[in-house]
Amino acid sequence: MVSTYQNPVYAFRRSPDQDATTPVHHPIIIVGGGPTGLYSALDFAKQGIPTVVLDDDNTVSYGSRALCFSKRTLEILDRVDCGQPVVDKGVTWQLGKVFFHERQVYEFNLLPEDGHERPAFVNIQQYYPEEYLVNRIQHVPEIDLRWQSKVTQVRRQGEKVEVVVETPAGAYRMTCDYVLIADGANSPIRESLGLKSVGQVFNDTFLIADILMKAGFPTERWFWFDPPFHPGQSVLLHKQPDGCWRIDFQLGAGADRNAWKQPEKVRPLIKAMLGEEIEFEFEWLSVYSFRCRRMESFIHEDRILFVGDSAHQVSPFGARGANGALQAAENLVWKLVRVLKGQAPASLLKTYDQERSQGADENILNSSRATDFITPKNRMTRLFRDTVLELAEQYPFARPLVNSGRLSVPCVYDGSSLNTADRVEDGFTPKQRVGSVCKDAPITINGEKAWLLRQLGDQFVLLVDGRNADQTVVNRLRQEPDLKVLVVDQDFVDSEGKVRERYELLPNSAYLMRPDQHVAARWRQWTVADVQQAMQRALGKELV
Amino acid sequence: MSALNLNSNFTNADAFYAALADLHRDGDEEKSQRINARLILLLANHIGDQTVLMEAMHIAADLPQEGVS
Repeated sequence: MVSTYQNPVYAFRRSPDQDATTPVHHPIIIVGGGPTGLYSALDFAKQGIPTVVLDDDNTVSYGSRALCFSKRTLEILDRVDCGQPVVDKGVTWQLGKVFFHERQVYEFNLLPEDGHERPAFVNIQQYYPEEYLVNRIQHVPEIDLRWQSKVTQVRRQGEKVEVVVETPAGAYRMTCDYVLIADGANSPIRESLGLKSVGQVFNDTFLIADILMKAGFPTERWFWFDPPFHPGQSVLLHKQPDGCWRIDFQLGAGADRNAWKQPEKVRPLIKAMLGEEIEFEFEWLSVYSFRCRRMESFIHEDRILFVGDSAHQVSPFGARGANGALQAAENLVWKLVRVLKGQAPASLLKTYDQERSQGADENILNSSRATDFITPKNRMTRLFRDTVLELAEQYPFARPLVNSGRLSVPCVYDGSSLNTADRVEDGFTPKQRVGSVCKDAPITINGEKAWLLRQLGDQFVLLVDGRNADQTVVNRLRQEPDLKVLVVDQDFVDSEGKVRERYELLPNSAYLMRPDQHVAARWRQWTVADVQQAMQRALGKELV
Repeated sequence: MSALNLNSNFTNADAFYAALADLHRDGDEEKSQRINARLILLLANHIGDQTVLMEAMHIAADLPQEGVS
């Protein structure tokens, strides 16, 4: 095995909390320093809440693990100034090809719409985004990131949560108002609390082989069903940075897990796939099987909040694990910030459970369906699968049935109790409806090129089409706390007309955006009271 | 009220049935299953409407019909 990546080693430092006579209290403690925990800490800091992050190890991810980072994830990372290094290092792709036996049956182009800052997907090994998040955290004094700090116990105690930590320098206790449990799919804390994540177990075993090669494969996602070099199984080839390629082999049920971790066992398979003449070296071999499952509720005893893989787990097909996790974290953080600051009732947190249950169910449904298509369970479902693939080559109608993974898209929080419904007479189309993530658009500010999404987030934003807008009303709303008013053609220029087009703006139309860049309300005609009421609603003040 | 048409809708019922039987005349079961799978997919796409397809699948699998008497 060779290595293109040297895991950084972060030193354990003894915390003064360890010497306190009574447990030190923090507003938020985050258990787990993976993408979810690290991102959450930065988002809390950005919105004025200090955190303690506890990780049981002293480095970032071992192995490439999560690979495909979606546009929405990049936008979320942009909010904490970590999107750019991911895009710079990552491999941007948009073309996918599907093969059946030895033939290509279908190709798709994610064809991103013009005028968005971020591409549809970049591929990058999970350790890079984690490292960038850690690098950023090191410049943020509000985050106390403690390595080699293993949480052994979490329990609710009155209006606090007590957390017990084991370190190389002994154990200690702390308390907090809320604890985020982001300790991964196997979540030792979830297990220790006797809580369950329930769902479907898939029996198939898969092998990830990350290999280094100089071969000139294009930067595309290639998926084979039942290829001649690996009969009866599926194979996925995907490019990563550093000249590294991810090959994901289905091994079937009952494969010998230990045998497949040996390079000498895998080498002939890869030679059969790539051709005898192609030179390659192994970087990482990992054998896995997976489950699609979730906790019934992501909130335990009101103050113990599960987020990311600990709360919901999916198959890798569709890249819905890490992407879904960051969307969930973003959903939770702005709410918890406002509860802690006394700006929202504690009941607002229930909408984290509701909205992200919807997101988790959507991700689990999509990833389970892809898994069922990729790994048919009996002769008849295999026959239908193969027939779909055969027909897809010749007939366009069958192509939407081909499912090698439905790639992650952000959940639209339709029906959320935080939404203010459209007035029917306003006649907006559903594209940018209430509950959806705001679309990006190119703009200019003081003559400089900029992006709309960069202006949104961390607080509520009222986007107003300045034509016909009542300036007194606009000025009145500029005084409102936790609200930023953005008037098109006053605060920025809609240089390519994309803002008005994407948001269907007419003179005086307005959108209220939540701090997580989801739409809370929109109007053709509106008053100060409309905006205030929609904000109150989005802060959960109408919840019973 | 069922959206799936359960009254006869064939332009020529006898001719359709004869053609269907012809497809399976040689008795090769594997081939027959492949033909059936292709046929189901082609016709399902032609119908398109998920509600109608679900009704047909429920009847085919002898499952209880929701809201259908």
